[in-house]
Amino acid sequence: MAMAALRREGRRLAPLISPQSITAVRSSLISQEQAPLGLRSISTQIVRNRMKSVKNIQKITKAMKMVAASKLRAIQVRAENSRGLWQPFTALLGDTPSVDVKKNVIVTISSDKGLCGGINSTSVKTSKALKKLTAGPDKETKYVVLGEKAKAQLIRDSKKDIELSITELQKNPLNYTQVSVLADDILKNVEYDALRIVFNKFQSVVSFLPTVATVLSPEAVEKEAEFGGKLGELDSYEIEGGETKSEVLQNLGEFQFSCVLFNAVLENACSEQGARMSAMDSSSRNAGDMLDRLTLTYNRTRQASITTELIEIISGASALEG
Amino acid sequence: MFRQASRLLAQTLRAGMRPFSSDLPAAPTSDSAFNESWKKVIPNIEPPKTPSHFLRPRPATPTSIPSKITVNFVLPYASELSAKEVDMVIIPATTGQMGVLPGHVPAIAELKPGILSVHEGNDVTKYFLSSGFAFIHANSVADIIAVEAVQIDHIDPSLAQKGLAEFTQKLSSATTDLEKAEAQIGVEVHSALNSALSG
Repeated sequence: MAMAALRREGRRLAPLISPQSITAVRSSLISQEQAPLGLRSISTQIVRNRMKSVKNIQKITKAMKMVAASKLRAIQVRAENSRGLWQPFTALLGDTPSVDVKKNVIVTISSDKGLCGGINSTSVKTSKALKKLTAGPDKETKYVVLGEKAKAQLIRDSKKDIELSITELQKNPLNYTQVSVLADDILKNVEYDALRIVFNKFQSVVSFLPTVATVLSPEAVEKEAEFGGKLGELDSYEIEGGETKSEVLQNLGEFQFSCVLFNAVLENACSEQGARMSAMDSSSRNAGDMLDRLTLTYNRTRQASITTELIEIISGASALEG
Repeated sequence: MFRQASRLLAQTLRAGMRPFSSDLPAAPTSDSAFNESWKKVIPNIEPPKTPSHFLRPRPATPTSIPSKITVNFVLPYASELSAKEVDMVIIPATTGQMGVLPGHVPAIAELKPGILSVHEGNDVTKYFLSSGFAFIHANSVADIIAVEAVQIDHIDPSLAQKGLAEFTQKLSSATTDLEKAEAQIGVEVHSALNSALSG
Protein backbone atom coordinates (compact mmCIF):
# COMPACT_ATOMS: atom_id res chain seq x y z
CA MET A 1 0.00 0.00 0.00
CA ALA A 2 2.89 2.31 0.77
CA MET A 3 4.32 1.45 -2.63
CA ALA A 4 1.01 2.39 -4.29
CA ALA A 5 0.95 5.71 -2.44
CA LEU A 6 4.51 6.47 -3.45
CA ARG A 7 3.71 5.51 -7.03
CA ARG A 8 0.74 7.94 -6.92
CA GLU A 9 2.94 10.67 -5.54
CA GLY A 10 5.55 10.01 -8.18
CA ARG A 11 2.97 10.11 -10.98
CA ARG A 12 1.59 13.45 -9.72
CA LEU A 13 4.98 15.06 -9.39
CA ALA A 14 6.50 13.45 -12.49
CA PRO A 15 5.63 16.26 -14.95
CA LEU A 16 6.84 18.82 -12.43
CA ILE A 17 10.16 17.24 -11.49
CA SER A 18 12.76 18.16 -14.13
CA PRO A 19 16.51 18.93 -14.05
CA GLN A 20 15.72 22.44 -12.87
CA SER A 21 13.48 21.02 -10.20
CA ILE A 22 13.44 23.93 -7.78
CA THR A 23 12.27 26.60 -10.22
CA ALA A 24 9.71 24.19 -11.64
CA VAL A 25 8.37 23.49 -8.18
CA ARG A 26 8.14 27.20 -7.42
CA SER A 27 6.26 27.96 -10.63
CA SER A 28 3.95 25.01 -10.03
CA LEU A 29 3.09 26.34 -6.57
CA ILE A 30 2.08 29.68 -8.04
CA SER A 31 0.11 28.17 -10.91
CA GLN A 32 -1.69 25.77 -8.58
CA GLU A 33 -2.92 28.61 -6.34
CA GLN A 34 -4.24 30.80 -9.13
CA ALA A 35 -5.82 28.04 -11.17
CA PRO A 36 -9.43 27.47 -10.07
CA LEU A 37 -8.97 23.75 -10.19
CA GLY A 38 -7.95 22.93 -6.61
CA LEU A 39 -10.64 22.90 -3.89
CA ARG A 40 -8.49 25.06 -1.61
CA SER A 41 -8.39 28.17 -3.79
CA ILE A 42 -12.13 28.06 -4.42
CA SER A 43 -12.92 28.24 -0.71
CA THR A 44 -10.68 31.29 -0.25
CA GLN A 45 -12.42 32.89 -3.23
CA ILE A 46 -15.82 32.28 -1.65
CA VAL A 47 -14.73 33.75 1.67
CA ARG A 48 -13.16 36.71 -0.11
CA ASN A 49 -16.45 37.46 -1.88
CA ARG A 50 -18.37 37.30 1.35
CA MET A 51 -15.91 39.63 2.99
CA LYS A 52 -16.28 42.15 0.20
CA SER A 53 -20.07 42.19 0.44
CA VAL A 54 -20.05 42.41 4.25
CA LYS A 55 -17.62 45.33 4.07
CA ASN A 56 -19.92 47.11 1.65
CA ILE A 57 -22.86 46.57 3.96
CA GLN A 58 -20.84 48.00 6.83
CA LYS A 59 -19.98 51.11 4.82
CA ILE A 60 -23.58 51.65 3.75
CA THR A 61 -25.02 51.26 7.23
CA LYS A 62 -22.38 53.56 8.67
CA ALA A 63 -23.32 56.20 6.11
CA MET A 64 -27.02 55.78 6.89
CA LYS A 65 -26.26 56.25 10.57
CA MET A 66 -24.46 59.53 9.86
CA VAL A 67 -27.33 60.77 7.73
CA ALA A 68 -29.86 59.86 10.42
CA ALA A 69 -27.73 61.59 13.06
CA SER A 70 -27.64 64.84 11.09
CA LYS A 71 -31.37 64.73 10.38
CA LEU A 72 -32.02 64.02 14.05
CA ARG A 73 -30.04 67.08 15.12
CA ALA A 74 -32.10 69.30 12.86
CA ILE A 75 -35.49 67.97 13.84
CA GLN A 76 -34.79 67.58 17.55
CA VAL A 77 -34.49 71.32 17.96
CA ARG A 78 -37.90 71.85 16.36
CA ALA A 79 -39.55 69.08 18.35
CA GLU A 80 -38.29 70.49 21.64
CA ASN A 81 -39.47 73.96 20.69
CA SER A 82 -42.92 72.65 19.93
CA ARG A 83 -43.26 70.96 23.30
CA GLY A 84 -44.73 74.06 24.88
CA LEU A 85 -47.61 73.93 22.44
CA TRP A 86 -49.73 71.19 23.97
CA GLN A 87 -49.07 72.03 27.64
CA PRO A 88 -51.64 74.85 27.96
CA PHE A 89 -54.38 72.64 26.54
CA THR A 90 -53.69 69.82 28.96
CA ALA A 91 -53.45 72.33 31.80
CA LEU A 92 -56.88 73.69 30.89
CA LEU A 93 -58.79 70.62 29.83
CA GLY A 94 -56.94 67.91 31.70
CA ASP A 95 -56.00 64.54 30.31
CA THR A 96 -58.74 61.96 29.92
CA PRO A 97 -57.38 58.84 28.26
CA SER A 98 -59.91 56.62 30.00
CA VAL A 99 -62.88 58.55 28.64
CA ASP A 100 -65.83 56.40 27.65
CA VAL A 101 -67.37 57.52 24.38
CA LYS A 102 -69.25 55.95 21.52
CA LYS A 103 -67.09 56.96 18.57
CA ASN A 104 -63.35 56.62 19.00
CA VAL A 105 -60.92 57.50 16.28
CA ILE A 106 -57.34 56.33 16.67
CA VAL A 107 -54.81 58.42 14.76
CA THR A 108 -51.68 56.32 14.35
CA ILE A 109 -48.52 58.15 13.39
CA SER A 110 -45.71 56.17 11.78
CA SER A 111 -42.88 56.62 9.33
CA ASP A 112 -42.86 56.15 5.59
CA LYS A 113 -39.40 54.62 5.33
CA GLY A 114 -38.21 51.45 7.00
CA LEU A 115 -34.96 50.37 8.65
CA CYS A 116 -35.90 52.29 11.78
CA GLY A 117 -36.03 49.59 14.40
CA GLY A 118 -39.26 48.66 16.13
CA ILE A 119 -41.02 51.99 16.61
CA ASN A 120 -43.64 51.45 13.94
CA SER A 121 -44.49 48.03 15.31
CA THR A 122 -44.90 49.46 18.82
CA SER A 123 -47.22 52.17 17.48
CA VAL A 124 -49.35 49.61 15.71
CA LYS A 125 -49.39 47.33 18.75
CA THR A 126 -50.49 50.22 20.95
CA SER A 127 -53.21 51.21 18.46
CA LYS A 128 -54.57 47.68 18.28
CA ALA A 129 -54.51 47.41 22.06
CA LEU A 130 -56.34 50.75 22.35
CA LYS A 131 -58.95 49.49 19.93
CA LYS A 132 -59.44 46.43 22.10
CA LEU A 133 -59.63 48.63 25.20
CA THR A 134 -62.25 50.96 23.76
CA ALA A 135 -64.34 48.24 22.19
CA GLY A 136 -67.77 47.52 23.54
CA PRO A 137 -71.42 47.20 22.65
CA ASP A 138 -72.58 49.99 20.29
CA LYS A 139 -69.17 51.60 20.35
CA GLU A 140 -67.10 51.91 17.23
CA THR A 141 -63.42 52.54 16.74
CA LYS A 142 -61.89 53.70 13.50
CA TYR A 143 -58.32 54.30 12.38
CA VAL A 144 -56.73 57.25 10.68
CA VAL A 145 -53.26 56.22 9.57
CA LEU A 146 -50.36 58.57 8.89
CA GLY A 147 -47.38 56.89 7.25
CA GLU A 148 -46.79 53.89 5.03
CA LYS A 149 -45.49 51.47 7.63
CA ALA A 150 -48.51 51.49 9.91
CA LYS A 151 -50.81 51.36 6.91
CA ALA A 152 -49.09 48.20 5.68
CA GLN A 153 -49.45 46.56 9.08
CA LEU A 154 -53.00 47.65 9.85
CA ILE A 155 -54.41 46.96 6.42
CA ARG A 156 -53.79 43.26 6.95
CA ASP A 157 -56.44 42.70 9.57
CA SER A 158 -58.38 45.95 9.99
CA LYS A 159 -58.83 47.08 6.40
CA LYS A 160 -62.44 48.10 6.81
CA ASP A 161 -61.72 50.13 9.94
CA ILE A 162 -59.27 52.50 8.29
CA GLU A 163 -61.08 55.72 7.51
CA LEU A 164 -58.26 57.77 6.13
CA SER A 165 -54.65 57.07 5.33
CA ILE A 166 -52.08 59.73 4.59
CA THR A 167 -48.58 59.05 3.31
CA GLU A 168 -45.54 61.09 2.21
CA LEU A 169 -45.90 63.42 5.13
CA GLN A 170 -42.21 64.31 5.24
CA LYS A 171 -41.72 65.04 1.56
CA ASN A 172 -41.43 68.72 2.47
CA PRO A 173 -40.04 69.70 5.87
CA LEU A 174 -42.77 69.49 8.48
CA ASN A 175 -44.46 72.76 9.27
CA TYR A 176 -47.54 73.85 11.14
CA THR A 177 -49.50 74.94 8.07
CA GLN A 178 -49.27 71.51 6.50
CA VAL A 179 -50.28 69.78 9.71
CA SER A 180 -53.19 72.14 10.32
CA VAL A 181 -54.52 71.46 6.81
CA LEU A 182 -54.22 67.75 7.55
CA ALA A 183 -56.00 68.18 10.87
CA ASP A 184 -58.75 70.08 9.11
CA ASP A 185 -59.12 67.24 6.62
CA ILE A 186 -59.41 64.68 9.38
CA LEU A 187 -61.89 66.70 11.39
CA LYS A 188 -64.08 67.28 8.38
CA ASN A 189 -64.20 63.73 7.11
CA VAL A 190 -64.28 61.68 10.27
CA GLU A 191 -67.02 61.57 12.87
CA TYR A 192 -65.60 61.38 16.33
CA ASP A 193 -66.34 61.79 19.99
CA ALA A 194 -62.75 61.26 21.04
CA LEU A 195 -59.57 61.33 19.00
CA ARG A 196 -56.64 59.35 20.31
CA ILE A 197 -53.29 60.17 18.76
CA VAL A 198 -50.74 57.36 19.08
CA PHE A 199 -47.11 58.29 18.54
CA ASN A 200 -43.61 57.70 19.89
CA LYS A 201 -42.43 60.48 22.12
CA PHE A 202 -38.77 61.29 21.85
CA GLN A 203 -37.18 60.92 25.25
CA SER A 204 -33.55 60.51 24.25
CA VAL A 205 -31.57 59.05 21.38
CA VAL A 206 -32.02 55.55 22.74
CA SER A 207 -35.44 55.82 24.36
CA PHE A 208 -38.81 56.39 22.70
CA LEU A 209 -41.99 56.13 24.72
CA PRO A 210 -45.26 55.17 23.07
CA THR A 211 -47.71 57.88 24.04
CA VAL A 212 -51.39 58.41 23.52
CA ALA A 213 -52.87 61.92 23.54
CA THR A 214 -56.64 62.34 23.76
CA VAL A 215 -58.65 65.17 22.20
CA LEU A 216 -62.36 65.29 22.88
CA SER A 217 -65.12 66.71 20.74
CA PRO A 218 -67.06 69.64 22.24
CA GLU A 219 -70.06 67.43 23.03
CA ALA A 220 -67.84 64.92 24.80
CA VAL A 221 -66.29 67.78 26.77
CA GLU A 222 -69.72 68.87 27.96
CA LYS A 223 -70.59 65.33 28.97
CA GLU A 224 -67.34 64.80 30.84
CA ALA A 225 -67.69 68.16 32.58
CA GLU A 226 -70.56 66.70 34.53
CA PHE A 227 -68.21 64.18 36.11
CA GLY A 228 -66.04 66.89 37.59
CA GLY A 229 -62.29 67.00 37.57
CA LYS A 230 -60.42 69.39 35.35
CA LEU A 231 -63.24 69.63 32.86
CA GLY A 232 -65.72 70.38 35.58
CA GLU A 233 -63.86 73.58 36.32
CA LEU A 234 -64.33 74.63 32.72
CA ASP A 235 -67.60 76.28 33.66
CA SER A 236 -65.82 78.71 35.96
CA TYR A 237 -63.96 80.11 32.93
CA GLU A 238 -65.50 83.12 31.26
CA ILE A 239 -65.68 82.76 27.53
CA GLU A 240 -64.64 85.82 25.59
CA GLY A 241 -65.28 86.19 21.93
CA GLY A 242 -67.54 84.39 19.54
CA GLU A 243 -71.29 84.47 19.67
CA THR A 244 -71.90 81.35 21.72
CA LYS A 245 -69.88 79.34 24.16
CA SER A 246 -70.19 76.21 22.02
CA GLU A 247 -68.70 77.97 19.00
CA VAL A 248 -65.63 79.00 20.98
CA LEU A 249 -65.33 75.51 22.44
CA GLN A 250 -65.51 74.01 18.99
CA ASN A 251 -62.75 76.30 17.74
CA LEU A 252 -60.78 75.43 20.83
CA GLY A 253 -61.15 71.72 20.17
CA GLU A 254 -60.01 72.04 16.57
CA PHE A 255 -57.05 74.21 17.54
CA GLN A 256 -56.11 71.73 20.24
CA PHE A 257 -56.17 68.88 17.76
CA SER A 258 -53.94 70.64 15.26
CA CYS A 259 -51.44 71.69 17.97
CA VAL A 260 -51.28 68.24 19.54
CA LEU A 261 -50.98 66.62 16.11
CA PHE A 262 -48.13 68.96 15.15
CA ASN A 263 -46.17 68.10 18.26
CA ALA A 264 -46.93 64.39 17.83
CA VAL A 265 -45.75 64.38 14.22
CA LEU A 266 -42.50 66.14 15.12
CA GLU A 267 -41.82 63.83 18.07
CA ASN A 268 -42.48 60.78 15.94
CA ALA A 269 -40.13 62.03 13.23
CA CYS A 270 -37.45 62.56 15.90
CA SER A 271 -38.00 59.07 17.26
CA GLU A 272 -37.79 57.65 13.74
CA GLN A 273 -34.38 59.22 13.13
CA GLY A 274 -33.11 58.17 16.52
CA ALA A 275 -34.31 54.60 16.06
CA ARG A 276 -32.77 54.49 12.61
CA MET A 277 -29.48 55.72 14.05
CA SER A 278 -29.35 52.97 16.65
CA ALA A 279 -30.53 50.30 14.18
CA MET A 280 -27.86 51.24 11.66
CA ASP A 281 -25.26 51.45 14.41
CA SER A 282 -25.94 47.92 15.62
CA SER A 283 -26.07 46.74 12.01
CA SER A 284 -22.63 48.15 11.22
CA ARG A 285 -21.28 46.73 14.44
CA ASN A 286 -22.64 43.29 13.52
CA ALA A 287 -21.12 43.62 10.06
CA GLY A 288 -17.78 44.44 11.68
CA ASP A 289 -18.00 41.35 13.89
CA MET A 290 -18.90 39.20 10.92
CA LEU A 291 -15.98 40.65 8.99
CA ASP A 292 -13.59 39.74 11.83
CA ARG A 293 -14.87 36.19 11.88
CA LEU A 294 -14.62 35.88 8.11
CA THR A 295 -11.07 37.27 8.16
CA LEU A 296 -10.06 34.60 10.62
CA THR A 297 -11.68 31.91 8.49
CA TYR A 298 -9.98 33.30 5.40
CA ASN A 299 -6.56 33.31 7.02
CA ARG A 300 -7.05 29.82 8.37
CA THR A 301 -8.11 28.54 4.96
CA ARG A 302 -5.25 30.28 3.23
CA GLN A 303 -2.66 28.99 5.69
CA ALA A 304 -4.10 25.49 5.53
CA SER A 305 -3.85 25.44 1.76
CA ILE A 306 -0.26 26.65 1.83
CA THR A 307 0.63 24.05 4.44
CA THR A 308 -0.97 21.29 2.40
CA GLU A 309 0.99 22.36 -0.68
CA LEU A 310 4.23 22.37 1.26
CA ILE A 311 3.52 18.94 2.72
CA GLU A 312 2.82 17.50 -0.69
CA ILE A 313 5.94 18.90 -2.24
CA ILE A 314 8.20 18.00 0.64
CA SER A 315 6.88 14.50 0.95
CA GLY A 316 7.10 14.07 -2.79
CA ALA A 317 10.67 15.36 -2.80
CA SER A 318 11.65 13.17 0.14
CA ALA A 319 10.00 10.17 -1.52
CA LEU A 320 12.08 10.76 -4.62
CA GLU A 321 15.30 11.14 -2.63
CA GLY A 322 14.75 8.33 -0.21
CA MET B 1 -12.28 64.41 34.99
CA PHE B 2 -13.29 66.38 38.09
CA ARG B 3 -13.44 69.54 36.04
CA GLN B 4 -15.83 67.82 33.63
CA ALA B 5 -17.97 66.55 36.48
CA SER B 6 -18.26 69.97 38.09
CA ARG B 7 -19.05 71.56 34.74
CA LEU B 8 -21.78 69.03 34.10
CA LEU B 9 -23.20 69.53 37.56
CA ALA B 10 -23.22 73.29 37.11
CA GLN B 11 -24.90 72.89 33.74
CA THR B 12 -27.65 70.71 35.12
CA LEU B 13 -28.22 72.97 38.09
CA ARG B 14 -28.22 76.06 35.93
CA ALA B 15 -30.65 74.70 33.41
CA GLY B 16 -32.76 73.18 36.14
CA MET B 17 -33.57 70.34 33.76
CA ARG B 18 -32.50 66.76 33.24
CA PRO B 19 -29.74 66.26 30.72
CA PHE B 20 -31.79 64.33 28.18
CA SER B 21 -35.37 65.40 27.96
CA SER B 22 -36.64 68.90 28.29
CA ASP B 23 -39.98 68.34 29.92
CA LEU B 24 -39.96 65.58 32.48
CA PRO B 25 -41.64 67.00 35.57
CA ALA B 26 -40.31 66.47 39.05
CA ALA B 27 -42.98 63.93 39.97
CA PRO B 28 -44.65 62.37 36.94
CA THR B 29 -48.31 61.76 37.48
CA SER B 30 -50.16 59.43 35.22
CA ASP B 31 -53.77 58.51 34.89
CA SER B 32 -54.04 55.50 37.21
CA ALA B 33 -57.57 54.63 36.05
CA PHE B 34 -56.31 54.34 32.49
CA ASN B 35 -53.35 52.18 33.51
CA GLU B 36 -55.63 49.90 35.53
CA SER B 37 -58.12 49.37 32.75
CA TRP B 38 -55.26 48.86 30.27
CA LYS B 39 -53.61 46.20 32.44
CA LYS B 40 -56.91 44.34 32.75
CA VAL B 41 -57.48 44.05 29.02
CA ILE B 42 -53.91 43.96 27.70
CA PRO B 43 -51.66 42.51 30.39
CA ASN B 44 -48.65 41.83 28.18
CA ILE B 45 -47.91 45.29 26.86
CA GLU B 46 -46.87 48.28 28.97
CA PRO B 47 -49.53 50.99 28.97
CA PRO B 48 -48.57 53.98 26.83
CA LYS B 49 -47.75 57.27 28.47
CA THR B 50 -50.21 60.14 28.38
CA PRO B 51 -49.62 63.91 28.24
CA SER B 52 -50.27 64.28 31.95
CA HIS B 53 -47.11 62.26 32.51
CA PHE B 54 -45.07 64.92 30.75
CA LEU B 55 -46.94 67.98 31.95
CA ARG B 56 -44.83 70.57 33.70
CA PRO B 57 -46.36 71.10 37.12
CA ARG B 58 -48.40 74.26 37.44
CA PRO B 59 -48.54 76.45 40.54
CA ALA B 60 -51.54 75.94 42.80
CA THR B 61 -54.23 78.59 43.19
CA PRO B 62 -52.96 81.04 45.81
CA THR B 63 -55.24 82.37 48.50
CA SER B 64 -54.32 86.00 48.00
CA ILE B 65 -53.85 87.80 44.72
CA PRO B 66 -50.20 87.49 43.64
CA SER B 67 -48.28 90.55 42.58
CA LYS B 68 -47.25 89.31 39.18
CA ILE B 69 -48.88 87.30 36.46
CA THR B 70 -47.00 84.37 34.90
CA VAL B 71 -47.14 84.36 31.13
CA ASN B 72 -46.52 81.43 28.81
CA PHE B 73 -46.51 82.62 25.22
CA VAL B 74 -46.10 79.69 22.81
CA LEU B 75 -45.91 79.33 19.07
CA PRO B 76 -45.75 76.10 17.08
CA TYR B 77 -42.05 76.48 16.47
CA ALA B 78 -40.86 78.18 19.65
CA SER B 79 -41.82 79.14 23.17
CA GLU B 80 -41.45 82.90 23.09
CA LEU B 81 -42.07 83.46 26.78
CA SER B 82 -42.12 80.61 29.21
CA ALA B 83 -43.17 81.23 32.81
CA LYS B 84 -42.19 84.87 32.70
CA GLU B 85 -43.45 87.02 35.56
CA VAL B 86 -44.89 90.29 34.33
CA ASP B 87 -47.18 93.01 35.59
CA MET B 88 -49.78 93.07 32.84
CA VAL B 89 -50.56 91.69 29.41
CA ILE B 90 -52.95 93.14 26.87
CA ILE B 91 -54.32 90.55 24.50
CA PRO B 92 -56.23 91.15 21.27
CA ALA B 93 -59.41 89.16 21.90
CA THR B 94 -62.14 89.06 19.29
CA THR B 95 -64.19 91.24 21.62
CA GLY B 96 -61.44 93.88 21.69
CA GLN B 97 -58.23 94.53 23.55
CA MET B 98 -58.32 92.85 26.92
CA GLY B 99 -56.02 93.76 29.77
CA VAL B 100 -55.03 90.97 32.09
CA LEU B 101 -53.73 91.76 35.57
CA PRO B 102 -52.80 89.35 38.33
CA GLY B 103 -55.92 87.99 39.94
CA HIS B 104 -57.98 88.13 36.74
CA VAL B 105 -61.03 85.84 36.65
CA PRO B 106 -60.39 82.59 34.78
CA ALA B 107 -61.21 83.09 31.12
CA ILE B 108 -60.85 81.53 27.71
CA ALA B 109 -60.45 84.11 24.97
CA GLU B 110 -60.34 83.61 21.25
CA LEU B 111 -57.83 85.97 19.66
CA LYS B 112 -57.97 87.94 16.45
CA PRO B 113 -54.96 89.33 14.56
CA GLY B 114 -53.61 92.18 16.63
CA ILE B 115 -51.03 93.34 19.11
CA LEU B 116 -50.07 91.55 22.26
CA SER B 117 -48.26 93.82 24.67
CA VAL B 118 -46.36 92.55 27.67
CA HIS B 119 -45.76 95.11 30.40
CA GLU B 120 -43.04 94.52 32.91
CA GLY B 121 -42.08 97.46 35.04
CA ASN B 122 -41.35 100.14 32.51
CA ASP B 123 -40.64 97.99 29.46
CA VAL B 124 -43.34 97.08 27.05
CA THR B 125 -42.73 94.39 24.44
CA LYS B 126 -45.22 94.34 21.60
CA TYR B 127 -45.84 91.37 19.35
CA PHE B 128 -48.17 91.21 16.41
CA LEU B 129 -49.89 87.87 16.41
CA SER B 130 -52.16 86.08 14.04
CA SER B 131 -55.07 84.40 15.70
CA GLY B 132 -54.92 81.95 18.54
CA PHE B 133 -56.28 81.36 22.00
CA ALA B 134 -55.55 82.70 25.44
CA PHE B 135 -56.34 80.96 28.71
CA ILE B 136 -56.22 82.79 32.01
CA HIS B 137 -56.23 80.47 34.97
CA ALA B 138 -57.24 81.03 38.54
CA ASN B 139 -53.63 80.79 39.71
CA SER B 140 -52.65 83.91 37.73
CA VAL B 141 -51.06 81.99 34.92
CA ALA B 142 -51.84 83.16 31.41
CA ASP B 143 -51.28 80.84 28.46
CA ILE B 144 -51.26 82.50 25.08
CA ILE B 145 -51.08 80.22 22.08
CA ALA B 146 -50.69 81.86 18.69
CA VAL B 147 -49.98 80.46 15.27
CA GLU B 148 -47.56 83.20 14.23
CA ALA B 149 -46.11 86.15 16.06
CA VAL B 150 -43.53 88.78 15.23
CA GLN B 151 -42.15 91.63 17.23
CA ILE B 152 -43.53 94.94 16.02
CA ASP B 153 -40.15 96.40 15.15
CA HIS B 154 -39.45 93.50 12.82
CA ILE B 155 -42.36 94.38 10.55
CA ASP B 156 -41.81 96.42 7.41
CA PRO B 157 -44.56 99.08 7.20
CA SER B 158 -44.35 99.53 3.44
CA LEU B 159 -44.94 95.83 2.87
CA ALA B 160 -47.95 95.96 5.21
CA GLN B 161 -49.46 98.82 3.20
CA LYS B 162 -48.81 97.00 -0.04
CA GLY B 163 -50.38 93.83 1.31
CA LEU B 164 -53.49 95.70 2.35
CA ALA B 165 -53.88 97.26 -1.07
CA GLU B 166 -53.35 93.89 -2.74
CA PHE B 167 -55.94 92.09 -0.65
CA THR B 168 -58.54 94.86 -0.95
CA GLN B 169 -58.14 94.59 -4.69
CA LYS B 170 -58.46 90.79 -4.52
CA LEU B 171 -61.60 91.13 -2.39
CA SER B 172 -63.28 93.36 -4.94
CA SER B 173 -62.36 91.03 -7.78
CA ALA B 174 -63.14 87.78 -5.95
CA THR B 175 -65.69 85.51 -7.56
CA THR B 176 -66.06 82.33 -5.52
CA ASP B 177 -66.88 82.20 -1.83
CA LEU B 178 -63.52 80.67 -1.04
CA GLU B 179 -61.63 83.49 -2.76
CA LYS B 180 -63.80 86.04 -1.01
CA ALA B 181 -63.13 84.45 2.37
CA GLU B 182 -59.39 84.32 1.74
CA ALA B 183 -59.29 87.93 0.57
CA GLN B 184 -61.38 88.98 3.57
CA ILE B 185 -58.92 87.34 5.94
CA GLY B 186 -56.02 89.03 4.17
CA VAL B 187 -57.72 92.42 4.47
CA GLU B 188 -58.41 91.92 8.18
CA VAL B 189 -54.87 90.88 8.99
CA HIS B 190 -53.25 93.65 6.98
CA SER B 191 -55.50 96.38 8.34
CA ALA B 192 -54.74 95.14 11.84
CA LEU B 193 -51.02 95.22 10.94
CA ASN B 194 -51.28 98.77 9.69
CA SER B 195 -53.17 99.99 12.71
CA ALA B 196 -50.67 98.18 14.92
CA LEU B 197 -47.76 99.91 13.26
CA SER B 198 -49.37 103.34 13.35
CA GLY B 199 -51.03 103.11 16.75
